[in-house]
Amino acid sequence: MATQILMPALSPTMEKGNLSRWVKNEGDKVKAGDVIAEIETDKATMEVEAIDEGTLGKILVPAGTADVAVNTPIAVIVADGEDAAAAAPNQAASPAQQNKASQSAPPAAPGDAASAVATPKAAPSAVANPPQPAATPVPELAEASAADVEMVTMTVREALRDAMAEEMRRDGDVFVMGEEVAEYQGAYKVTQGLLQEFGARRVVDTPITEHGFAGLGVGAALAGLKPIVEFMTFNFAMQAIDQIINSAAKTLYMSGGQMGCPIVFRGPNGPAARVAAQHSQDYSAWYSHIPGLKVVAPYTAADAKGLLKSAIRDPNPVIFLENEILYGQSFPVPKVDDYLVPIGKARIARPGKDVTLVAWSMGMTYALKAAEALAADGIEAEVIDLRTLRPMDTETIVASVKKTGRCVVVEECWPQSGVAAEIATRIMENAFDWLDAPVARISGRDVPMPYAANLEKLALPSVDEVVQAARAVAYR
Amino acid sequence: MASQKKVAEASPTAPRPSILPLDAGPVPDLGRDADLKAFRDMLLIRRFEEKAGQLYGMGLIGGFCHLYIGQEAVVVGMQLAMQEGDQVITGYRDHGHMLACGMDPKGVMAELTGRRGGYSKGKGGSMHMFSREKGFFGGHGIVGAQVSLGTGLAFANRYRENGGVCLAYFGDGAANQGQVYESFNMAALWKLPVVYIIENNRYAMGTSVSRATSQPDLSKRGASFNIPGELVDGMDVRAVKAAGDRVLDYCRSGQGPYILEMKTYRYRGHSMSDPAKYRTREEVEKVRVESDPIEQSRARILANGWADEDAFKRMDAEVRKIVNEAAEFATYDPEPDPSELYTDILR
Repeated sequence: MATQILMPALSPTMEKGNLSRWVKNEGDKVKAGDVIAEIETDKATMEVEAIDEGTLGKILVPAGTADVAVNTPIAVIVADGEDAAAAAPNQAASPAQQNKASQSAPPAAPGDAASAVATPKAAPSAVANPPQPAATPVPELAEASAADVEMVTMTVREALRDAMAEEMRRDGDVFVMGEEVAEYQGAYKVTQGLLQEFGARRVVDTPITEHGFAGLGVGAALAGLKPIVEFMTFNFAMQAIDQIINSAAKTLYMSGGQMGCPIVFRGPNGPAARVAAQHSQDYSAWYSHIPGLKVVAPYTAADAKGLLKSAIRDPNPVIFLENEILYGQSFPVPKVDDYLVPIGKARIARPGKDVTLVAWSMGMTYALKAAEALAADGIEAEVIDLRTLRPMDTETIVASVKKTGRCVVVEECWPQSGVAAEIATRIMENAFDWLDAPVARISGRDVPMPYAANLEKLALPSVDEVVQAARAVAYR
Repeated sequence: MASQKKVAEASPTAPRPSILPLDAGPVPDLGRDADLKAFRDMLLIRRFEEKAGQLYGMGLIGGFCHLYIGQEAVVVGMQLAMQEGDQVITGYRDHGHMLACGMDPKGVMAELTGRRGGYSKGKGGSMHMFSREKGFFGGHGIVGAQVSLGTGLAFANRYRENGGVCLAYFGDGAANQGQVYESFNMAALWKLPVVYIIENNRYAMGTSVSRATSQPDLSKRGASFNIPGELVDGMDVRAVKAAGDRVLDYCRSGQGPYILEMKTYRYRGHSMSDPAKYRTREEVEKVRVESDPIEQSRARILANGWADEDAFKRMDAEVRKIVNEAAEFATYDPEPDPSELYTDILR
């Protein structure tokens, strides 16, 4: 019986990829495990294996095709004596057939095994409504609002890489270190090309040794270098958090102002998709608690670029919280030399008068969609992209709440002692008399992140919850 | 800036130096001037620490205060081997290291009493002092953290190719921390110029080395990273200096890290609040009588005729004067201004 080979997913968040080349030709005999094709995304390359024995009957997607959607039939394997033409490429694949393609890619993220496994997209999306780049409202960029600034579209991943490359060109003391940052080109491909441009002296592959290399980075910063320390994910930074807090954050104070620590700790933070509790946690509240640190969590590519450049130049330790799901999202980025976004300034992503929605990083995807839904019902939500968690731009939040009288905070972290709790307190302290309703928060559930797709979805905020909360505080 | 010594490139196949036993032949003499300087520097640390102990007893020093009495030869010997541009980093038993680096005793003592004239404006205390000018990078209160930080200082030296070597001091207790071995691995992998100096004073707070480690020969702790190690008589400043000379050359020449295990002893408790009931009075007394680094030095200098009793008395008076002035300053210097609460958090 003919078997369709489907375009596999490299990670739960992958939606499409390029078919780079066919290793086998039509008519070739194949057996289970044979590599038949190679596909690539902006993140990684992987091999597609045959899982059945037979003959490669027909290639449905030619080599060199870009943006092939996951689960598109790409070839048909026929059993001996079967007619290739008999295999109907346009028949809907049965669920059983959907699993007939597998791959043997090197893990995209060691220690992040799930992302190396092709997950059928028939499964419910792990993240509530990941935004389509095209559907994302073009954010207003305060730093580049002038109409004559040319914008280029790029992914958050590219923006982060460009920021590092620009700062490394500008300052010989800047170097990047971490696991797989150099030869592998980054576990999430954020450091792609840096080794080629700057060499192994400045793009340093470390052993898997978070506590050690975080301390080493802090020591190098105390000596005056400007390290960018990449954590493969911030989950692994818990191994290193003593050096981040006790050494990086406190030494300036403990030295009476002598020993500055110009270092950036960056990497993906927050819930990822289908990787369970140890690889899926938001550390926003943890780091924003610490005096002596600056904590940045951008949403757009423009902010990712401008804020990372500012972070690298900052004489203080900066925690730069990225998001794996946002890496592949595209946004317009001002095409200007040396695009900087100041740390500590929030951005009005969408103006409105009826209710204030405050979010950052991935939380912005819920807030912006909720604002659209609310607009359809005549409620004008003002969406604030906080961008920096410490120092927090209380002024922008309070000014907005004084206008709307209502606020909903969206966060993916746990509710207890979370960032939303802090924002609610600041609003109470600074705008109590302007409030027409209690501040509401939509947080991640107070549970370790479950693996099952349905439970994971339940554990995360949703657009609908944000909409309901906004309606509740607006009494509409 | 350190003048970079020319050292022949070692062949990668050359055998690593073996671990020397304590009785590995005669210890080279320091010569008159260096021996007198070493004596005077050790005496300054001893008298300073005795004074700190007194001020603690008077309630002028608060919190934790870990005295270096008994271990003076380690830091003074290594300091004699260092060059300008080398860095020092250590843990919380750090007063001796600061004085050896040439930091002002007044500033150190005033930090102990939490005054504005202290090295950290009174905001760091006993365990947290720094001097970029003197190449002293702390003063760290988390056991073992300075080992990774010191490895980072060495990384910066290699990055800048400035010929500097970092001396990262830690105790037998810290030698059991995981990040020490993470650092060993990276330092050996990248051939970083760092000397790991294990001050083995036999007790990690109240736990003796034999009760805490499966391999009590700490100089072998780098074996699985191909880091050579040596055992050094840390009570003999000449032995320390000789080892320091050899090893600093080795590190400076780009051959990677080196471990020196200094056999030493602290006479006082772990901190001021430690009654030290985990060891006998006799044990402490035996070390004092047989191995005291300052008394060894004094006897040697007298025997060589490099100084007489009068000269020792003059040195003692000079050192006491410095220490008394430091204590006086630290007692009457005002506390930091309340506005300092909110300074130095960010730059």
